Amino acid sequence: MQDKSYSAGNKGPKVRSDCYVRVIPGDEPLQIHLNSKVDTLYGNHIRTLAEDVAKTFEFTHGVIQIEDTGALDFVLEARLEAALKKATQKDISFLPPFREENIKPSVRERYRFTRLYLPGNSPKLMLNAGVHHPDGLILDLEDAVAPDKKYEARFLVRNALRNLKFYGAERMVRINQVPQGLEDLDFIVPHGVNLILVPKCESHEQIKSVNAKIEELKKSHNIDTPVWLMPIIESALGVIKSYEIATAADNIVAMAIGLEDYTADLGTLRSDEGIESFYGRSQVVNACRAAKIQPIDSVFSNIDDTEALRQNVLRSKQLGFEGMGCIHPRQVPVVKESFAPSDKELEKAKKIYLAFQEAKEQGHGVVALGSKMIDPPVVKRAQRQIDVAVKTGLLSENWNSED
Amino acid sequence: MAKKYDKLTRNAAGRIVPEEINGEKHIPFKGVGKHKPTGHKYAPPNRSCIDYPDDGDKRQPSLKEALVKSGLKDGMTISTHHHFRNGDVIANQVFDIAAELGVKDLRWFPSASFPCHEPMIDHMENGVINRIEGSMNGPLGRYASEGNMKGTGVLRSHGGRYQAVQDGEVHIDIAVIAAPAADAFGNANGVNGEAACGLLGFALADAQYADRVIVVTDNLVDFPCIPWQINGNLVDFTVEVDKVGIPEKIVSGTTRITKSPDRLRIADLTARFCDAAGIIKDGFSFQSGAGGTSLAVGEFFADMMRKRKIKARFIRAGSNKYPVKMLEEGLADYILDGQTFDLEGVRSMRENPNHVNTSPFTSYNYHGKGNFASMVDVVMLGATEVDVNFNANVVTHSDGYMLHGIGGWQNCLFARTTILPVPLFRDRIPVIRDEVTTLCGPGELIDVIVTERGIAVNPNRKDLIEKVQASGLPLKSIEELKQEAEDICGVPEQPKLEDEIVGVVKWVDGTIIDAIRKVKK
Repeated sequence: MQDKSYSAGNKGPKVRSDCYVRVIPGDEPLQIHLNSKVDTLYGNHIRTLAEDVAKTFEFTHGVIQIEDTGALDFVLEARLEAALKKATQKDISFLPPFREENIKPSVRERYRFTRLYLPGNSPKLMLNAGVHHPDGLILDLEDAVAPDKKYEARFLVRNALRNLKFYGAERMVRINQVPQGLEDLDFIVPHGVNLILVPKCESHEQIKSVNAKIEELKKSHNIDTPVWLMPIIESALGVIKSYEIATAADNIVAMAIGLEDYTADLGTLRSDEGIESFYGRSQVVNACRAAKIQPIDSVFSNIDDTEALRQNVLRSKQLGFEGMGCIHPRQVPVVKESFAPSDKELEKAKKIYLAFQEAKEQGHGVVALGSKMIDPPVVKRAQRQIDVAVKTGLLSENWNSED
Repeated sequence: MAKKYDKLTRNAAGRIVPEEINGEKHIPFKGVGKHKPTGHKYAPPNRSCIDYPDDGDKRQPSLKEALVKSGLKDGMTISTHHHFRNGDVIANQVFDIAAELGVKDLRWFPSASFPCHEPMIDHMENGVINRIEGSMNGPLGRYASEGNMKGTGVLRSHGGRYQAVQDGEVHIDIAVIAAPAADAFGNANGVNGEAACGLLGFALADAQYADRVIVVTDNLVDFPCIPWQINGNLVDFTVEVDKVGIPEKIVSGTTRITKSPDRLRIADLTARFCDAAGIIKDGFSFQSGAGGTSLAVGEFFADMMRKRKIKARFIRAGSNKYPVKMLEEGLADYILDGQTFDLEGVRSMRENPNHVNTSPFTSYNYHGKGNFASMVDVVMLGATEVDVNFNANVVTHSDGYMLHGIGGWQNCLFARTTILPVPLFRDRIPVIRDEVTTLCGPGELIDVIVTERGIAVNPNRKDLIEKVQASGLPLKSIEELKQEAEDICGVPEQPKLEDEIVGVVKWVDGTIIDAIRKVKK
């Protein structure tokens, strides 16, 4: 047992939908030892898969041990690749097939009310995340991955980008802090990422260095679809420089604030009411509005208190934010509902929208509601609120023809 | 000795099943509602007061003595009950005594078995027990699935067990009823005492029809033991012991509403489906199990009822604190309870006359003048597998091992609407298959499959489809759901099974719906 071995993945009594792979180079021809919960139904398939990956890495002598708790193929492949790459030091990849829908780009103006964080090295949490219909799914390579798991997490995140079903959610990745995060880009830019979250942003140079690497990768991989950025402001300096960051590049579509680190930087504690971060949040909203990008609020960490979350979202909406991070699927509907327009707002928006339609049909240049003139930005906001209502299920798509 | 099974034939569900099992004749499944019994019910031996003490004291000094006096001998059928679930200590003692007395080839006829009954494996190895007729899970399921049992297992639903006993299909020689409270005459109940478990309904058939009935308790009270859920006039002997069960394992207290977001989504979709289908209305009735997802469905129902100021006429349960809360809040008039899962359930049954104890006779027996299960508006049940024709499996896993009992599952399929809220796959294994490994419930009785990725309605239920069509719920065909699972998980191989039959599954009318094959090791 003192033979040198290389491992990847997770094991333990609570681990499910994952596997732990151990590669032990040796003199005997390749042997695959599989211990799987699903051996009866998928054992042969898993063994063949392991042989294929081993062949790719020209790993012909030694043992591959797999402890499987029902991992899907893209997970098995990521674990096998990470362990075999460590063992062979070969610069080869074993890529799972791309789902057709995972190649599609996302549009700049799409809604980003909810983005659900998923730890980048925990496949179990990824599998069903999309069915909760957040606007975006974030595969997190940064804080949610332990330092010694960063290496293998990149393979898993890459494979998930290609093969996980996202159910229409925007495919997002939070990379590590620049400059370490630049290495993450190799694993995500060529593999269908829609939006990259850049954590702990404090200067436009950081954004520029990320974009330089993205451009380089897009060129070498012939990619012409956009890769959007969402910088995260997590320090006093970041708050001060927020406008500079928000305007650092054209592909920035949104900017978020991360309150855990920000309040620590301020030397205070985060409260539910958020008095301590009022300035920072408001500053980020203002910077975003000035830069014409979406202001996105921090996550709310008490996952058990739905009511406190709802109050938090309402305050956030009042400040001008139009999205929030979620750390548990059960936060998704609460955040979505709360960012959606209220009944009163919606009634008004409908009236304005209908008045605008009527004016258009009659060829009037000016929109009036009763005796009150309506400015174009108000019409635009009404239109947006109606879109949001339709999107969040408050209004049916043909609300206009129903009554 | 009789052959384990013989005379294979194809039944109406297309399954190859034996007509002869352990030397007894059985009828292959003919289709739902196709088989009717004839003649009269089985009757127990007639007895006289001459043989019983006038002072009503039927106590024996020990369980062993009671068993010997009951005439325990080779080849008998001994029944026990699962009111204490995994905290039962009496069933093992019965067979330990049989072993001590050198008795062989017994048929154990439990209402259900639990992991605590693992010692029965030794009794099967040493020949004391020939076979188990009852659900097998955990270690016993594994043992039987691998073909180690001398006889062939027979699995019945709770209702099917009552039917088999009353029809005389299973003749019980000795019934041992462990009770949390009893008097020396044999009156017994489940609501009082250390080991309070709520009710003793599963022992009703045994008390009525067994040749000999023994009541065992660790809480002997002076006559009369009130209420008498088991009537002492049916009891031959009573025995006082130190302990009938381990209280903390009887009521686990761990049944909680699921926190899993995926399961909550399934529950939410289920509740919304019922709402869209018009089921949630004043005076409706429902049954949902004690699993985390089912409990969540109940809570979603409760929210809807509160908002609309309506209530359910009755909840059929396995009760625990959640339905009890609904009863006490006035969201339901009655709980009709078959088994109680926590102390809140026990307390409520003891204190609240509207929390009523029921039995497989009232709720489930198919050979009777109706039963409660078919009067329930909507029932939520689990399943290990469902096929594209909505047939479902609840006893074996996809790898062929017996791991769950049927419980009241088959009986509940007769509710007006039957919903299976299940995940689309578990640990990579798709729930929806081309064919179920073991057929337990015919698809014609299963109306809706709710998964986290979509809802499939049985095409036979045009009425339901019409009602929910415009609801905005994610409706899919069952083939689409199967396709989606296989797209994510890959197409599974078939389980590796041998031709040898290790058990059969009975339908509610006593016919054989499927056979369980030995697992290849």
